[in-house]
Parts: sequence; structure tokens; C-alpha cells
Amino acid sequence: MPVPHDPDAKLGAYAHPERLVTTQWLADHLEDEGLVVVESDEDVLLYDSGHIPGAVKVDWHTDLNDPVLRDYVDGARFAEVLGARGIRRDTTVVFYGDKNNLWAAYALWVFTLFGHEDVRLLDGGRAKWIAEGREITRDVPERTPVEYPVVQRDDAPIRAFREDVLAELGSSKLVDVRSPGEFSGELLHMPDYPQEGAMRGGHIPGARSVPWARAAAEDATFKSRDDLAAIYEQEKGLKPSDDVIAYCRIGERSSHTWFVLTHLLGFQRVRNYDGSWTEWGNTVRVPIETGADA
Amino acid sequence: MSEQTAPLPPALDELVDDFASVPARDRLQLLLELSDELPPLPERYAGHAEAMEQVHECQSPLFLAVELDDERRVHVFFDAPPESPTTRGFAGILHTGLDGLPAEEVLAVPDDAPFRFGLAEAVSPLRLRGMVAMLSRVKRQVRARLAA
Repeated sequence: MPVPHDPDAKLGAYAHPERLVTTQWLADHLEDEGLVVVESDEDVLLYDSGHIPGAVKVDWHTDLNDPVLRDYVDGARFAEVLGARGIRRDTTVVFYGDKNNLWAAYALWVFTLFGHEDVRLLDGGRAKWIAEGREITRDVPERTPVEYPVVQRDDAPIRAFREDVLAELGSSKLVDVRSPGEFSGELLHMPDYPQEGAMRGGHIPGARSVPWARAAAEDATFKSRDDLAAIYEQEKGLKPSDDVIAYCRIGERSSHTWFVLTHLLGFQRVRNYDGSWTEWGNTVRVPIETGADA
Repeated sequence: MSEQTAPLPPALDELVDDFASVPARDRLQLLLELSDELPPLPERYAGHAEAMEQVHECQSPLFLAVELDDERRVHVFFDAPPESPTTRGFAGILHTGLDGLPAEEVLAVPDDAPFRFGLAEAVSPLRLRGMVAMLSRVKRQVRARLAA
């Protein structure tokens, strides 16, 4: 039996309300058959220090990235990771995590590369769950391993590569979701993070600057649909029919923006360029621009 | 190869053995215990981040301070929030392994020590850079204190 959607009114205003659940809804549905809660964080130990009861951990480094090739895992490894956590192809997966769901959105995007259909984000993520005093445990659930089919990753619809960006310079709409300092070329990483990773600072020519966290409200939930539209559509002039490519430093922050544009605002073609600045800013003779957003 | 086999101080060596004796999955639990047990800051540092050095290479905010006592033994103090258990765990390793050692022994700790805990697989090599940076900053501060 499919897991029902959260009928919450705020969520109902988004283009695809079925992609979000509220903390209250999740608390009420933790025991639902066919639902698995996945925590994905920046800090690999955060889950172990306490998580939503029954949740399993998926780590972006050790579970979703290929350890050798700079790429995501292949179908066989993905099947292993999910099968071991008791996730079937038709399981409803609810993601949540730290930092405004940054890494949770990233994991959700990678699951989408494999066509896992029912993926949802917990609105407000780990911070809201904890702020509301909801239960947290260190007990790691014993999940019975299941068979997850080996499916071929389908990158084309939601993932852009350097060649795509180069070929479409000026035709696709580029959204740079890094901090203003990284956009202008002053910084090579988020403020307060180690400054490493690129030979040149700046942005891809023509890109508009919309720092990813502008989509989040104070309590880590997503801003309302109207507020989001005010930023991306009215302020930056993007249209839901535009061909949009979002990028950041390694593709994690831009998968958050991908989620916002695709599922909350209903844009039809948004791709995440995960090579992002660590590729573009290190590549010989690709054009860049410096300076603040116009 | 000589770097690989450079000896570690006893307390650090013991920790390497602890980590080596458990499978990768349990190494994270061990790291979590060290995170839990990281001692709180003494009063003179609590709430005084400006009196400490920030380790920017860490994924999350980490501050450290180093003192030498009258016998030239090293005392290290670390501060990281509970939402950053990995960083706290790294600090816990260094606190357990280095606190109370003579300055010369701290300076002799090989720079590759962070890679000997079998954590690269469990937390990823990229994240280990934070511990490498902490160690090098501790050693730099010890050198500065000795010179003062």
C-alpha cells in the first residue's frame, strides 16, 4: 500500500507537495510499512550521536560517491547500499539532515539519478525535529536486507556535465548558488571553510547569483512558495519553462536549489552541474568571470 | 617507508591499537566515544574563542589552545560544538594522545599520524584533513611557546 502524502496546507501550495513532509506527519508515520527514513549529514558521525528513531544513515562520501572515479556509485553499488538498509524499489524514502537539509537534498538528488520514485524531504530537517523536542535515539535499527534491483543511472535529465555547460553558455540559464564571495572570486570555498580546491576564483560567465540558503527560512524549513517565486522568478527573472543549470563547488548546495526549482516551484528542466567550481575553476582555458552579480 | 613506521607516543599508539582491533563500522563508535568524552574547556577559555586558534581546515568550527607547564609538558584544549561529533572525535584522539606529554615528544609526532587509525575508509580521506591540520597547528603552537 502506498504511503499517503502529507496534506499540510503550506506544503499544498508548492508545485509538488508530495515531495515534502512535515515533522508532525513524520512523527505520525514513523511506523508505516513501506517507509524508510534516511539521515544524510555533512558530519559523518552526527547520525550516530542521535537520530530519528528507526532512521538509517546514508553518507554522501562513503555511500554515494565512487571511491576511485570522481562520479557517483554505479547501479550495483547503489543496489547494495539501499538493499542493506531495507529499501526496496517502491519504498517511500524520507530524507532529512543537518544544515537546512543540504546533504539530505543531495542524497535525494542522487537517488533521483537512479530513478527511485518516491523520495521526500522532511521540511525543516534535523534542526526542526530537535527544536521541537521530538525523540532522538542512538539505537541503530536492525533492518532486514532486501533485494534492490540493479538499475542504470540516468544522468541526462537532471545532471549537467562540463561539456553541456560549455556548449550551452549563453543559452541555458545558469544559477550560481555559492556565497557572494565565492561568486565574485574573493573566496574559493564557503566563508569559514578551508579555502582550497580551485586555481581561479569567480563564476561561469552569465551566471546569476542566488546563494542556496536563501530558500530556507529561519527554522530550516523552506520558504513559502510565494517567497521562493519572489527570489527566483521575480528577482532573478527565471521562468519555469527555462532550461536551468545550477552549480556550486561540488554539487551539494546546488542539489538543494535543484530541489527548490524542480519540486517546489515546478520548473520543468533543471540540471545540477556537480563538477561545479572544483572542475570549472581548475579547467584550462574555460571562460570565467569575476565580480559581483549585476 | 621510514615515515610510515616513525613511532608514536604511547597513549596515541594505544589508541591506534584500539581502532585497529575493531571493524571499520565500530571505529565510528569509538570516535563517537572520544567525541563524547572530550573534556569541556576550563573557565579561562570557555566563551573566549578569541584566546584560542581556529582550525579553518576543519569542516566545522574548531578552536584549540596549547599551554606548556613548568615542566615543559604540553596541555591541549579543544572546543567544537556537539553538532560536529567527527571534529570533536578528532580532537578527542589528539587530547587523549598528546595531553601531558613533554614538548619534544609532541613535536616528534609524525605528521601522518592521523592516517594510522584506519579512519580513512570510515570517514573518508578528505575529512581526515581536519585532524592533520589540528595536529600541525598544535605542533606549531608548541614551537612558538618553546621559543617564547
